[in-house]
Amino acid sequence: MAASSPRNPPPLPGADNQDPLSEMADEDSDEGEDIFVGNSNPVAESFQTDTANGEEPADLFSEEEISTTVNSSITTTKSNGVHSDNENDLFAEASVELSMENPSTIARENPTTTAKTSGAEFTPSRTQTQPKSIEQLEEDKDEDSFDMDVAVTNPEKIGDGMNAYIAYKVSTRTTLPMFKNRTFSVWRRFSDFLGLYEKLSVKHSLNGCIIPPPPEKSIVGMTKVKVGKEDSSSADFVETRRAALERYLQRVVCHPSLLQDPDVREFLERDELPRAVGTHTLSGAGFLKMINRASDAVSKMTVKISDSDAWFDNKLQEVESEELQLRKLHAVVESLVNHRKELCGNTAVFAKSMAMLGNSEDNTALSRALSQLAEVEDKMETLHQEQAASDFFILAELLADYIRLLGAVRGCFEQRMKTWQRWQEAQSTLQKKREVEAKLLWANKPDKLQQAKEEITEWEGKVTQYERDFDRISVTVRKEFLRFEKEKSKDFKSQIVKYLESLLQSQQRLVKFWEAFLPEAKAIG
Amino acid sequence: NTGNEWGTEEPLKEEVTGLAVNVDLQTDATLQVDISDALSERDKVKFTVHTKSTLPNFKQNEFSVVRQHEEFIWLHDSFVENEEYAGYIIPPAPPRPDFDASREKLQKLGEGEGSMTKEEFTKMKQELEAEYLAIFKKTVAMHEVFLCRVAAHPVLRKDMNFHVFLEYNQDLSVRGKNKREKMEDFFKNVVKSADGVLVAGVKDVDDFFEHEKTFLLEYHNRVKDASSKSDRMIRSHKSAADDINRIASTLYTLGTQDSTDVCKFFLKVSELFEKTRKIEARVAADEDLKLADLLKYYLRESQAAKDLLYRRGRALVDYENANKALDKARAKNKDVLQAETSQQVCCQKFEKISESAKQELIDFKTRRVAAFRKNLVELAELELKHAKGNLQLLQSCVGVLKGDT
Repeated sequence: MAASSPRNPPPLPGADNQDPLSEMADEDSDEGEDIFVGNSNPVAESFQTDTANGEEPADLFSEEEISTTVNSSITTTKSNGVHSDNENDLFAEASVELSMENPSTIARENPTTTAKTSGAEFTPSRTQTQPKSIEQLEEDKDEDSFDMDVAVTNPEKIGDGMNAYIAYKVSTRTTLPMFKNRTFSVWRRFSDFLGLYEKLSVKHSLNGCIIPPPPEKSIVGMTKVKVGKEDSSSADFVETRRAALERYLQRVVCHPSLLQDPDVREFLERDELPRAVGTHTLSGAGFLKMINRASDAVSKMTVKISDSDAWFDNKLQEVESEELQLRKLHAVVESLVNHRKELCGNTAVFAKSMAMLGNSEDNTALSRALSQLAEVEDKMETLHQEQAASDFFILAELLADYIRLLGAVRGCFEQRMKTWQRWQEAQSTLQKKREVEAKLLWANKPDKLQQAKEEITEWEGKVTQYERDFDRISVTVRKEFLRFEKEKSKDFKSQIVKYLESLLQSQQRLVKFWEAFLPEAKAIG
Repeated sequence: NTGNEWGTEEPLKEEVTGLAVNVDLQTDATLQVDISDALSERDKVKFTVHTKSTLPNFKQNEFSVVRQHEEFIWLHDSFVENEEYAGYIIPPAPPRPDFDASREKLQKLGEGEGSMTKEEFTKMKQELEAEYLAIFKKTVAMHEVFLCRVAAHPVLRKDMNFHVFLEYNQDLSVRGKNKREKMEDFFKNVVKSADGVLVAGVKDVDDFFEHEKTFLLEYHNRVKDASSKSDRMIRSHKSAADDINRIASTLYTLGTQDSTDVCKFFLKVSELFEKTRKIEARVAADEDLKLADLLKYYLRESQAAKDLLYRRGRALVDYENANKALDKARAKNKDVLQAETSQQVCCQKFEKISESAKQELIDFKTRRVAAFRKNLVELAELELKHAKGNLQLLQSCVGVLKGDT
């Protein structure tokens, strides 16, 4: 990791954050990661003044409908998320044991065991050994192999009443030299994760980085926990959130550039993190909203940037249509989860009524067989419950994550568009200045002419700068996108295979149940 | 061959006889009845009732007629109203063919055609057609079972109305009950239930019948409960299978967007889900046939048995009242002869019913045990078959997918 560059004074309002970048322009290194160094707080502050902060400081992940290009037939749309308010009702009747049996538990119990468990479940941070295929990338030096695992475990409720919160243990195991120890843990709460995201957004998204989005806030879910409802729905909510936070962190540390960010290191290492006060007032919220609204405007433009842009256009279209399909798929999977839960409940009820019927039956052998059938149905209930958990934790959450991620990817593309726009506007301003100069020359006003010449020089500089910015962001976006595609492919394959394996196990158990019952049925009479 | 409003021709016989819920159907050469064909039209179903008989009562040895649901009901009601049969369990009437739900779904599908892709539409249409066919087969089976039960019964098989039903090749001109008649029926039932409560309250001297009364009451209620719960469970199962269907479709769409390896992956998984959900749908359908229908049938039969007990109870009360009246008449020495004849009639009626009722109830038990055995064994075998099929599909798919990555 390059040494941090000297802090720059906050740029003047209205002047875009050119200072840190112009410094970089001097070095002109092609190390991708260095671009982001030095983008510390000044940027945030300047941004804050720029953005409309007269805005209602709604939370970054509030439930308003901000997303733009989503098909209108989808009813629950959020800027970054997918779930409706009913997410926590998902497991209203499941027992608490549910959370003990889902696959994420493996990671939870052994945060410091082999990478295979926590890391390998989603985005194994270890296997980034091969550089990407040559045709795409110039800079490959940042793709070192590194050994890094994070796990989020042991959710604990701290405090009581409405001020209560859940603290999660974030454990890291690493061989990277930039960390003080090899294994260490800290305690973090949900707002800390959000705070990390916002810091990273502010710093990196302007450069075309795809920042993994964290899970959404859930007022209803948290209230239940705070109020102390010791039922399965709050247990499920906590487990869902824990797993989502874990995946979020794993994606962050998997990202070679983000991993270098000191905020990430601080998040993982530092014992006491300054409270991310009012996460809704941080610039990130306004920033993200702005991106989304800008994307509205941008997507309405039918401007072609250049011929090389066809790649970006195509990819953006792919992303949009994929997001659409994933949303559809997610809705169906949620429906499946609900129906399975319903089936679970109905099977339990049916099992009881079969047992009752068996009791009434006065033929002994038939009576026994009916009781056995009731037991089989009882076992099926457990099976359905576990299957519903698989449906949710493996499949639905995977889809939800990627819907959010695709949103971030879109934001990334739109950021590039904005950069292009800025360049174009600078070019047109330069043109105007030149016309002014020409007029002044003709009108022969030497004093104003001087100023005009100065302005032209200034704008020529800007045009060059913005063009460079655009090129740079284009390269980054392209690289980021390809990396994302690779991760996505891996993720989907491994998760779906895992899901199919869970289905497989269910069927194996089903076979056992019925094989045991068959002789009982034959024994009737 | 069956034609229906979908315009498809479907072979009928394959599963119908296997659906016989009542196992104790002696393949008695003297009288064999079955439904050899059925036709579903807009608002009615026409059953072809086919008879093979060596009995002298019939003009031919083999013949067929076409009957509709109302005619079955007419036959059933004629048994119920016949005093001679008071001592028998009258085989329960088949339920009315009900394609309303299916038709509604078809209509909704037609309305929503614009909002889905051609593949989706074709898929859903096929499923609705399959569902329709399943309902159709079921209703045929239930009508057939009714006739077979009558044909198997030593007394009922000789009934005149039954023979007319089987042989008369014109329309029986049995109209459905009009409003007034339905109201009458309703009130009759109300009176009967109230009466039934009174009659049930009378303790029976005979241990056998006392035991049966208690048993049947409880059994009937529990079968009713189990039947409705099984329906609900199977419905959820079908819904889950439908969801898997939609997942398969969406995965297919995702898979066809590109030809990257993740897209090929999606296509393979989509194919897998297509197959597994067909199996899941079969599981739900088999549970419906072997379990839900079994319970429904014994709900109706146990009601018929209860009705028999009621009739006997009624006859007992009448007999006891006649005894009391006779005593009174003798005491007053007025209308003694009349009272004596009345008492004798009641006595004979009661004893006749009691005698046959006992056997009927024993037979009912035997039939029930046999039917449950048959269906539970078949259920277990089918569940096993489907689970193993699913397992194989999953194993091979996972093997392929893991091999590729």
